[in-house]
Amino acid sequence: MAIEDFISRHQEILENSPLDLASNWKREHPATKLIGCYPVYSPVELIHAAGMLPVGVIGAGNRLEIAHADSRFQSFVCSIVKSTLELGLTERLKFLDGIVFHSICDPARNLGSVFKRNFPDMMVEYIHFPQNLSSPHAVDYLTAEYQRLKASYEKMAGTEITDEALRGSISLYNEQRRLLRELYALRKDTPQNLSTVECYVLTRIGTLLPPEEHISILKEAIPGLRQRNEKPKDRIRVVLEGSFCEQPPIELLEALEAAGCYILDDDFLLGWRWFLEDIPTHGDPWRNLANAYINQSVYSGVKHDTREPKSKHLIDKVKETGASAVLILAAKFCEPALFDYALYKRALEKAGIPHLCLEFEEKMWIFDKARTEVETFVESMLFD
Amino acid sequence: MVGSTEAAKNTYQGQMHLLQKEIMGRYFERLTRAAEKGEGKAVYMLISGNPVELIQAFDLIPVYPEIDALQLAVKKSALPFIQKAEELGYSMDNCAYVKADVGLFLGDRKTPFATIPLPSLILCNYVGCNVYLQWFEHLAEYCDGELYNLDIPFLRDPSGQPSPEDITYVVRQLEEVIEICERISGKKLDYARLKAIVGRSGETGEMWSRIKGLTKNIPSPFDAYFDSVTMMAPLYCLRGTEEGLRFFETALKEMEEKVQMGTGPLAEERFRFIIEGPPPWPYLRTFRDLFSKWGAVAVASTYSTVGGLWEFGFRHDANRPLESIAQHMLQWNVTNRNFLQRYQQIRRYVQEWHADALVIHSVKSCRLFSAGQGDMREYFTKELNVPTLLIESDIEDPRYFSEAQIKNRIDAFFESLEHKKLVHAAAEAGGAA
Ligand code: SF4
Ligand code: SF4
Repeated sequence: MAIEDFISRHQEILENSPLDLASNWKREHPATKLIGCYPVYSPVELIHAAGMLPVGVIGAGNRLEIAHADSRFQSFVCSIVKSTLELGLTERLKFLDGIVFHSICDPARNLGSVFKRNFPDMMVEYIHFPQNLSSPHAVDYLTAEYQRLKASYEKMAGTEITDEALRGSISLYNEQRRLLRELYALRKDTPQNLSTVECYVLTRIGTLLPPEEHISILKEAIPGLRQRNEKPKDRIRVVLEGSFCEQPPIELLEALEAAGCYILDDDFLLGWRWFLEDIPTHGDPWRNLANAYINQSVYSGVKHDTREPKSKHLIDKVKETGASAVLILAAKFCEPALFDYALYKRALEKAGIPHLCLEFEEKMWIFDKARTEVETFVESMLFD
Repeated sequence: MVGSTEAAKNTYQGQMHLLQKEIMGRYFERLTRAAEKGEGKAVYMLISGNPVELIQAFDLIPVYPEIDALQLAVKKSALPFIQKAEELGYSMDNCAYVKADVGLFLGDRKTPFATIPLPSLILCNYVGCNVYLQWFEHLAEYCDGELYNLDIPFLRDPSGQPSPEDITYVVRQLEEVIEICERISGKKLDYARLKAIVGRSGETGEMWSRIKGLTKNIPSPFDAYFDSVTMMAPLYCLRGTEEGLRFFETALKEMEEKVQMGTGPLAEERFRFIIEGPPPWPYLRTFRDLFSKWGAVAVASTYSTVGGLWEFGFRHDANRPLESIAQHMLQWNVTNRNFLQRYQQIRRYVQEWHADALVIHSVKSCRLFSAGQGDMREYFTKELNVPTLLIESDIEDPRYFSEAQIKNRIDAFFESLEHKKLVHAAAEAGGAA
């Protein structure tokens, strides 16, 4: 199948009901246990090393009607929290054996508790990631946290997670992340050859399939994509920031590009691309995984690293990619993304980098307003 | 400090309130002297599970931006600060405590109650609230100040307890904080002094816990929401000091006398309720009156356990000062407990404090409290059959308080409770006949 066909077929699945890929897979592999991973980052290697499959539960897109969850979570809570609960309440998560939440924000954390109460048959885990990244004790803490999870995942899987198996999983996911970095580099260097939607689809399916399958898809796709030779259009080049958790609808991504930007880098599905380099596979794999979180991971609105301001990272990214502007695309009611914006705005203005701030909701399905705003912004940049 | 604003027709103003005004006045004067005359050094901290003992041990001044924000709201002067922050890029949907404080911080930091000193250390005790991390990250960036994230692992184990590794991690970090405080204050930690302070915190916890137990009496001697907030400021700002301890001795004595006399905050106690969620500070008086008019008294509140949860037995232990500070931060406050543990806390209140109903005040700013309260309502009404009212407004932003709407909901709720009581009484009488 041509890569274009492959992508458009998968795009359709993702637009309709993103989790179908994983639930279909489960139907063909009923013996394998599936563990849902709520955003942002989850140490998927631990799940995989127990012989289970980690699956990204990253919202329900814009086709699911919220009929029950909005009586549990108020109007001022972000969409993804409600859509995830709605998926559960409408029995669309039955194919999962467990789900794991993380210390990213207060609503997601409370959602974990609500899951526990409403779905007693599901294993519900919660990981507290350290927020004191400058303390030398954080690595010990996180290693112990992973050991705690080990017991829980082993019980679920009915097998032991050996160091050997964990090393294997780390090296597998290293490869997946390396290929994703390649894909992103390709788009950064030649955005005319790889659209953001294509890049997104190729990344997102990796959260729903076994890593081995995703790796072979990427291995086949990337060389072909490199062969493309499109002429660059007259567009501004931007870095997109703020969509690290709830995901914008794919139609919105299309609209943004069509409005006249090349997105050179973004933070979509960030947890699945969490590391800047490979995690070492020699030595204690538990500690390596913990250490990588603290010392080798990307910056993010849910990781508050006092060692260096996030806005510095953003500005560095703009410089490294050669972008001329920043597009902040924050989920409505997303406390971490909206707070970050105040500091980003200040830093970008100081650095003289133009930016546009937009809010989105995964459930939105009218994009004209966003498109017009971006067009106006692009025009102001192109004809200034 | 809130109860001390204006004497109200249906609020009692005892010695406790006067003394609170006096000691908190002195505390705020201390802040002003630090800000204006450079006397002493300020450490910014957050209320939830605060480790104030450590700061007292170095004679540093604990400053809580949350208390500043709430004072602004009570004095009805928060809105311009909130709007200033929004002009700078903060969203309508961000926690308004942060916005009010940022607006204040970036100005001359003068308020009707004190001038707020700049921090020598920004100590982010991250106990439950994720917004804390960003709040203090922002302050540190605005003043180029020293920031330390004191990371408290959330209670996530099915046992409801912190793991030994969690405790070790927190103690190690407390040791790092001690080093920083030694550098800032220029003096070594006096371990014996720390032990004495932690000992006084233990005694304070004992008093506070006994005070809270008194609301099990019928009638309840005070309102465990509206009057408890009066006692919360000394609990956070002065815990571990002699002055703070004396305050709680006075308060306990006064409340015990009220129990003896069988008096409460209202002429007649007709309903006893538990309240969940922070108060609407800008409209506290109005809000209180909406309940008082029904003879409804709060006999327990989760909000009064934000800074610490003592009524279920926890006491600081002078013999293990750092471990017990760690335990307080990890386990003995409502914010670091998971949402289901909060359900159980409320359930205990309903049963042991003999309540007729649960009121959930759902505030937009504070998603730590509010996110998912619809599920909580479901649990209490459907599983436990506890009449539950959920109302929405805000903790800080006056734009989210709709008095007419809230009044209607409260009236309808108590009307129906009243009706149920009558029916119940009639049935009992019929049964007896
Ligand atoms: S979108 Fe933002 S507020 Fe919502 S769960 Fe994700 S991080 Fe939390
Ligand atoms: S979210 Fe709640 S606990 Fe956190 S800073 Fe705001 S009001 Fe305080």
